[in-house]
Amino acid sequence: MLLLALDTSTPAVTVALHDGERAVAHSTHADARRHTELLAPAISDVLAEAGVDRREITGVAVGIGPGPFTGLRVGVTAARTLGTALDVPVVGVCSLDIIAREVTMREAPHGSPFLVVTDARRREVYWSAYDSAGVRTRGPEVGPASGIPDALPAAGAGARTYRDAFPGLLEPEFPSAVFLAAAVVDGAVDTCEPRPLYLRRPDAAPPAARKPVLTPVHPSR
Amino acid sequence: MTSQPLILGIETSCDETGVGLVRGTTMLANAVASSVDEHARFGGVVPEVASRAHLEAMTPTLHRALDEAGVGLEDVDAIAVTAGPGLAGALMVGVSAAKALAIAVDKPLYGVNHLVGHVAAEQLENGALTEPVVALLVSGGHTELLEVSDVASAAKLLGGTIDDAAGEAFDKIARLIGLPYPGGPHIQKAAADGDPSSIRFPRGLTSERDMTRHRYDFSFSGLKTAVARWVETAERDGVPVPVADVAAAFQESVADVLTRKAVLACQERDIGTMVLAGGVAANARVRDLARERCAEAGIELRQPRLSLCTDNGAMIAALGAAVVEQNLEPSAPDFATDSSLPVTQVLV
Ligand SMILES: [Zn+2]
Repeated sequence: MLLLALDTSTPAVTVALHDGERAVAHSTHADARRHTELLAPAISDVLAEAGVDRREITGVAVGIGPGPFTGLRVGVTAARTLGTALDVPVVGVCSLDIIAREVTMREAPHGSPFLVVTDARRREVYWSAYDSAGVRTRGPEVGPASGIPDALPAAGAGARTYRDAFPGLLEPEFPSAVFLAAAVVDGAVDTCEPRPLYLRRPDAAPPAARKPVLTPVHPSR
Repeated sequence: MTSQPLILGIETSCDETGVGLVRGTTMLANAVASSVDEHARFGGVVPEVASRAHLEAMTPTLHRALDEAGVGLEDVDAIAVTAGPGLAGALMVGVSAAKALAIAVDKPLYGVNHLVGHVAAEQLENGALTEPVVALLVSGGHTELLEVSDVASAAKLLGGTIDDAAGEAFDKIARLIGLPYPGGPHIQKAAADGDPSSIRFPRGLTSERDMTRHRYDFSFSGLKTAVARWVETAERDGVPVPVADVAAAFQESVADVLTRKAVLACQERDIGTMVLAGGVAANARVRDLARERCAEAGIELRQPRLSLCTDNGAMIAALGAAVVEQNLEPSAPDFATDSSLPVTQVLV
């Protein structure tokens, strides 16, 4: 097998190839706002580094956020298109779960409950809570960091931005496709349709009543 | 004779997800999914709504285009995608899909200019263009007058709107007189029963002073205010608003300015062909007046059918085919979208 894994839900563009035993190549760039530029060359690079042809890919796994929409869609679109074009299955994984997986792999086997908190912009965060085994117990949700009910150590960039809200910081800051790939191969995370977790509705409102252009006429004159 | 390369084009600059397949100037498929209905209650295109719709529509539209053409992805020789101008988030969905597709089929990728794509689309209708041409592009997203001396490599902007796009003006006036979104088709329908000469609305940027500074530019905000003022005055005076007459007179003002300036550009630059494209070019009055005035001036008017006038993937494939025919270099794998890509940059 050859699983291509990628995530663009945070400023990091991360890509890995996993052969069922181990990650045979990976690439991570942290450069917010350049997802469209960075992702395709990163995919080509990991294929070249592993010395495999794109037709050998047997499946694709993609982080589905939550994350800032524009960057998130770059990865999900690429994953779906690759799946269609190469005729291989595509699975989605909650991007917070990818970070959580790395936390439990690093801390295991004596971990404790923790949070994963990423930046949702507009002074809010995306967050989920996990038990000591790394099983998600709440979330993903979006809201201010001060609104998270449990005071637990937290991984993710959002915890760093609002560090006063957390008793301790955990690694990593961003999801890694290496852990995404391994978690999918090991069956250690829930997978789903590769559809973005937006959590927020589009900012749009029906048009307001139009402003009159005539000078208002006073009824009593 | 070996057959010409098969080009797949992807378009996501506004609210239509388009995938087209073209060989030379022959169209094999033109699959389009539109999110226009999702924008209706907002009275205009909402970028985030459009971007979400593009993501959902992308692979189904790709399949539809391949089925329509009866080809497989392995038959595709090159891919072209709209790199700009357009809505940033929407463009990124198309470019991301195109880049992934280029990797999957291991074929060259060309990021191309949406506006010039509208001109290239005409070649799918009436065969190769004899450049130079003047192109009048009018839609909900743009209102531009271009001079194209080589569709694959040389285009320049003569002028454009300094405020609303023509299509936006239609949407706003429709709302003002109680017609649904999108405004274009509804205003045209209402105008059919109206008298365009019953009200004389202003012609934007046509005064002597404006014709020196803004010779080939357009403006619709003054027109919009004039219509609003007229309607409000009628309402204040308790006179029923003659919707058909207002629609016809408004439409006449838009059609008059658009075609007048486009014909002027042809005459002043000694160019014998005008290409009319974009969603608003589907408006019957714009089309008829362009035909009439071009005929008077001895200008050949070229206009593709409606499905090639509005945003679509075949137009991008057509431009890709022109670019490939000239053996131009493919775009770098790390090329970026550019929401304000200048028309001089046909290929990124
Ligand atoms: Zn367009």
